Amino acid sequence: MTVGLEHFLILSAILFSIGLYGALAKRNAVVILMSIEIMLNAVNIAMVAFSRYGHLITGQVFAIFIMVVAAAEAAVGLAIIIAIYRSRETVDVEKFDLMKW
Amino acid sequence: MPSGVPLAIFLLPFFSFIVISFIIRPFLNSKPQLSGYITTASIGTSLILSLWVLAEVSSAPGHVLSMPDYEWLAIGDTVIRFGVTVDALAAIMLIVVTSVSLLVQVYSQGYMHGDPGYSRYFAFMSLFTAFMLGLVLADNLVSLYVFWEGVGLCSYLLIGFWFHRPAAARAATKAFLVTRIGDFGFLAAILFLYSKTGTFDIGELHHLALAGAIGGTVLTWAAIGIFSGAIGKSAQFPLHTWLPDAMEGPTPVSALIHAATMVAAGIYLVARMFPVFASSLTAVTTVAAIGGFTAIFAATMALVMNDIKRVLAYSTISQLGYMMLGLGVVGIGVANDAIPLEVGLGLGVAVGIFHLFNHAFFKSLLFLGAGSVNHATGTFDIREMGGLRKVMPWTYITFLIGSLSIVGIWPLAGFWSKEGILDHAWDHQTALFFLAMITVFMTAFYMFRVVFLTFAGEYRGSNAGHSGASAHAPSLRESPLVMVAPMGILAILAVISGWLPVSSFLGGESESFFGALAHPIAWVSMVLAALGILLAYALYSAKWLSSESLRRRFAPLHTLFSRKYWIDELYERVIVVRVLVDGIFVLLNWFDTRIVDGIVNGIAGGTIVAGKGIRRLQTGQLQAYGIAIFVGVLAIVACFLIFG
Repeated sequence: MTVGLEHFLILSAILFSIGLYGALAKRNAVVILMSIEIMLNAVNIAMVAFSRYGHLITGQVFAIFIMVVAAAEAAVGLAIIIAIYRSRETVDVEKFDLMKW
Repeated sequence: MPSGVPLAIFLLPFFSFIVISFIIRPFLNSKPQLSGYITTASIGTSLILSLWVLAEVSSAPGHVLSMPDYEWLAIGDTVIRFGVTVDALAAIMLIVVTSVSLLVQVYSQGYMHGDPGYSRYFAFMSLFTAFMLGLVLADNLVSLYVFWEGVGLCSYLLIGFWFHRPAAARAATKAFLVTRIGDFGFLAAILFLYSKTGTFDIGELHHLALAGAIGGTVLTWAAIGIFSGAIGKSAQFPLHTWLPDAMEGPTPVSALIHAATMVAAGIYLVARMFPVFASSLTAVTTVAAIGGFTAIFAATMALVMNDIKRVLAYSTISQLGYMMLGLGVVGIGVANDAIPLEVGLGLGVAVGIFHLFNHAFFKSLLFLGAGSVNHATGTFDIREMGGLRKVMPWTYITFLIGSLSIVGIWPLAGFWSKEGILDHAWDHQTALFFLAMITVFMTAFYMFRVVFLTFAGEYRGSNAGHSGASAHAPSLRESPLVMVAPMGILAILAVISGWLPVSSFLGGESESFFGALAHPIAWVSMVLAALGILLAYALYSAKWLSSESLRRRFAPLHTLFSRKYWIDELYERVIVVRVLVDGIFVLLNWFDTRIVDGIVNGIAGGTIVAGKGIRRLQTGQLQAYGIAIFVGVLAIVACFLIFG
């Protein structure tokens, strides 16, 4: 069996679904942040696979961009989570309800 | 004659107003008598110029001078021109206004002497005279309306001249508001005529009305609208209530504005628009009926008033009714083709304006006499006068001449014009003729009631007992020459003004001096007048009959007259309070709070309620939003796959 494009895409879809589930279902803000990272990397896998099989450099360039954004997002996200934790002593997202009506 | 002369007649008193208000009042207030001199001088000059205009008009063909006019306002395609009319009617009115105004200004210098508002008084009087002259000269309805409102404003200011007295302030407001009701109709008629004809020019409107270019219904409504303005200004029934109250103003003001000139503006307006009225039988019948009814209606109230100025005020209303009647009955003759059109137009104006001309002199004389009596006794109540003939001989003689003139005794002025009105009423409207005849009797009675109560018998005033046994109390003395002289001149005019060929000048006929005595109507009216005088003599001077028992016998009628038919109560308590304040205003208030405010508040409330409901969707939970986005994306993808 040769490994083809569809295998990469299936892997990517599975990872994305796991990340999506984590982002929507988990309460811990750190876990949500990690889940978002999984989703971003799932997309990266799909990008690189398309680049490999489609003979286009664009996908790889995009993957680099996504990594940069992910790094920045992780830094900012963690900083926010730490700031919230300092003021509210919890990272449970359901408790973050100050802006609620 | 230079074309600037008619304008100068109008502008001189206006400049007098400007000078008094902006120079004398602020900078020379220590010399208020300057205001009186400037006013008198400017109006005197206007009188001389008016005489010049009269001479020019009488030698001009057709008694009309054409004058240049100027563009005043341009609103889109509507150009309003400002010009002057100089014809026989305007020339006569100029003479009336300037001469009476001049004499009243001279008189006022005595009457208002020492009043703190002396300069203000003369400023308003100048302004009034200017507006009145502008009104007379106006050649189109817009400028006429401007001056019309201007004299109304001055009337307001002068009635309320002693504004610190609540009664004066109320009377001023009442006069302004009541005349405004009529002016609304006038303005509506002007705009209505403009919408139908496209012109404000009075001359053009005459031609269009006579040529039948304006439809009959349009003409009738326009004429009635214009007449409603005249009803308000000339205090005709049902808008007569303001004039008796207007007596709160200084007496010279009553003489000038509320006897001779401004209240005659309504008559002038109908005369000026006479071709429009005479083209509609309904309109002239309305004019005649209102005039004839007002004449007798006001006379009944004059019978029982105890305030000398109020008697004169009701008498003015009654005489104005005569003038309207004169205009109306000749108009009926013209509209029925009983009088040829080319004769009738001049005749109607002549009949109405001739009485206006005579009335201006004898009525302002009577008012100045009342002012002179008030100057001596400090009251207007005729029950507290009496015996003044001995102390005020000049006032007595001039007042007597004025009374005989208004009653219509040959050969005094009032006789000539009143006969003209009665003659034409007999020819064209018999029912109104009989009303007018009864009014002649009443006029004689109420005028001589005042004469006998004021001048005959013994002084009954409150200071009679304190300051000596006789009527020659120190305060009781003849008024100064500055007041008596104008009264003397007016008394001469009240005798001779009827002999002047005013009527034929305006296009009517003039009676020969003794020829008038050949008419039976003249004799009937004079006999009625003599009976009225005799009854007044019997009741108030000779005391053959007791006025007290007469009053008791006719108690319901007396109450009806002295309470003025409860018309003030009807207007104030019923119409204003019940119908307007308690009825329509409550309804409007309800509409405003419930419907207008209700719509606004309802929209706001609905938005709040909807917002309260919808905000529950905004949980603030990021993950809930995420799920919503996820489901949405799934739905879009599903749609894309299914309907692709």
